[in-house]
Amino acid sequence: MGSRIQEKLSILADAAKYDVSCSSSGSDRKNKDKGLGNTGAGICHTYTEDGRCVSLLKILLTNHCIFDCAYCVSRRSNDVKRAAFTVQEVVDLTINFYRRNYIEGLFLSSGIFQNADFTMERLVRIAKKLRKEHNFNGYIHLKTIPGASEELIFEAGLYADRLSINLEIPTEAGLKLLAPEKNHREMIHPIKYISNRILQTKEEKKIIKSTPKFAPAGQSTQMIIGAAKESDLQIVHAAQYFYTHYKMKRVYYSGYVPISNDLRLPAIGTEVPLVRENRLYQTDWLLRFYGFEADEIVNDMNPLLDLDIDPKLSWALRNMDRFPVDVNRAPYEMILRIPGVGVRSAKKILAARNFEKLRLEHLQKLGIAMNKAKYFISCHGYIQRYADQQSERIKHFILSGSSSKYVKAVSTQLNLF
Amino acid sequence: MGQQALCYDGTWKGLLSLIFDVYAYKYSISAIVTENNAIQSLLFTSALIHVVTEDIKSARVTKGIITSVGKKGYLELYHVFLSEKEGRELLILRTVQYYLGVKEQASKNYAHADVLEVKKIVKSVSRERHRMKAFIRFQLLKDGVYFAIAEPDFNVLPLISKHFKDRYADQKWIIYDVKRKYGLFYDGGEVQEIEFGTENRLDQKSISLAGHESEILYSTLWNQYFKSVNIRERKNLKLHIQHVPKRYWKYLNEKIEMGG
Repeated sequence: MGSRIQEKLSILADAAKYDVSCSSSGSDRKNKDKGLGNTGAGICHTYTEDGRCVSLLKILLTNHCIFDCAYCVSRRSNDVKRAAFTVQEVVDLTINFYRRNYIEGLFLSSGIFQNADFTMERLVRIAKKLRKEHNFNGYIHLKTIPGASEELIFEAGLYADRLSINLEIPTEAGLKLLAPEKNHREMIHPIKYISNRILQTKEEKKIIKSTPKFAPAGQSTQMIIGAAKESDLQIVHAAQYFYTHYKMKRVYYSGYVPISNDLRLPAIGTEVPLVRENRLYQTDWLLRFYGFEADEIVNDMNPLLDLDIDPKLSWALRNMDRFPVDVNRAPYEMILRIPGVGVRSAKKILAARNFEKLRLEHLQKLGIAMNKAKYFISCHGYIQRYADQQSERIKHFILSGSSSKYVKAVSTQLNLF
Repeated sequence: MGQQALCYDGTWKGLLSLIFDVYAYKYSISAIVTENNAIQSLLFTSALIHVVTEDIKSARVTKGIITSVGKKGYLELYHVFLSEKEGRELLILRTVQYYLGVKEQASKNYAHADVLEVKKIVKSVSRERHRMKAFIRFQLLKDGVYFAIAEPDFNVLPLISKHFKDRYADQKWIIYDVKRKYGLFYDGGEVQEIEFGTENRLDQKSISLAGHESEILYSTLWNQYFKSVNIRERKNLKLHIQHVPKRYWKYLNEKIEMGG
């Protein structure tokens, strides 16, 4: 039995690995009645050799699929080994991994076999079994199958902490090209439904405390980067749309790993766009935690993110009239916009300046990246001399003073565009 | 009055009692040593003042610290204590004196050298605490106990006890710190501290020998899973090692080469 399950696991984990979501926080399910597990700790139990966090048992129920999406390794026409877990096998794996402190919970997705509802029903049954029969309170992330009925999606939300549908291709044209059997509307519909449900549950919970939870860790989605010919402008604006209209918890970006000789896609051997992916995540953070609007970062004038510098620095260099920022006086919102200052150091600056006027040496000790910040601030005993410099020169100073870990990657990356 | 060297029993309550005495007797301190260290360094023995650990004294100091900088500020000092870093007692004493002497939430003064040093130590102890929550790997033994060996950089077991108790409420487990030779044992009720005699050799191998029949299967499956989720095209060993430093590998079954 051991070697059979091991083979299934290797096939179905391998097929699930392109889904980059690994979040296991955002839900605070308590361990009730001395059962097993809880959520909220958001622990990465290990990291793969590619440096990605492993917090969940991330597998497909099966990699059989009736669809033929060009970018997907499990597409119908691809000649790969197929396998399928039984409901009980997934339950046993989850429980036994969890008890050994390997994982925070389960992230279950699936190829679509027979039809959407048939597949979705199995996913729901696994989650239900874990919750009801094993009193499992660890994290469960279920993939919503496009086209599944609202009843099943509703039930999924009762047991799962998070639900997600991967948009994968952010533009309608791209989707038509690479996944002609899917349609944009069918993908958006469940996203809307879940978003409304979550809101509704929150409202009801205010009145009736015992209202059952519905996907308490919210929903997320993923976009593949560099498969279709979408611009950063399109991606970032799509992300902002999801955050504002559907209150998504996260949008993930997955640099396309070439897995196919399909002429519509980058050829096998093409490098994964890691730098671009990284810049998109940085931008995502700016949207969620730094009070930036998508338009400030990418717009018709600047539709692509700079690869050689981060998007916040890039914004600052385009808006030199907003600097220097006086760290002893400026409001939090503006402190946050100083290149080299993160959310934590911004908060530290606000706390520390109540005690004394901050000088350069204070800022250095707070963990601020002074090699960037020094061009954009003024503080006690430090007059900004660079403010009149042209932004190109400042960029040059910063780049020549630091050895970017991306320099090599950037040069190979440029060939892509 | 000259400066005094103080000696305490090496416990957190002992150190808090010491701080109480510093205020009560207006000591001016030159050194703080634990009783174990004092015996080794004869230098001190004649002039040492021995502090008696008392709940009343430590409770008063605890209350004082919490009133002044809140529970969080108090826990930060406890983290510093568990760091086992050289000179931590004097740092804690100085910081408490600073906290109690200032009206504002002094633990937020990131411009103060001692406060900054405290934050720095808290950061590394917290990181180790978090790592232990992540890197503990239980092995199921024949007798139904889930057993894990750890060798944390700092003495963080007291900081992870509640986490494991809340999470694994329905299974018996032991986490044993082989560096400090004590462990936590949860029997389904409360967590107790335990010590094994030195005659018992404790390592991954001896644990495996006592393993439950299902242990090899799940350990192998986890090892397999770890390999299967890796994306070769994105290989980044530097990042991998940064997140999972090599000194932890011997207790991580995904990092052990398995046959078959």
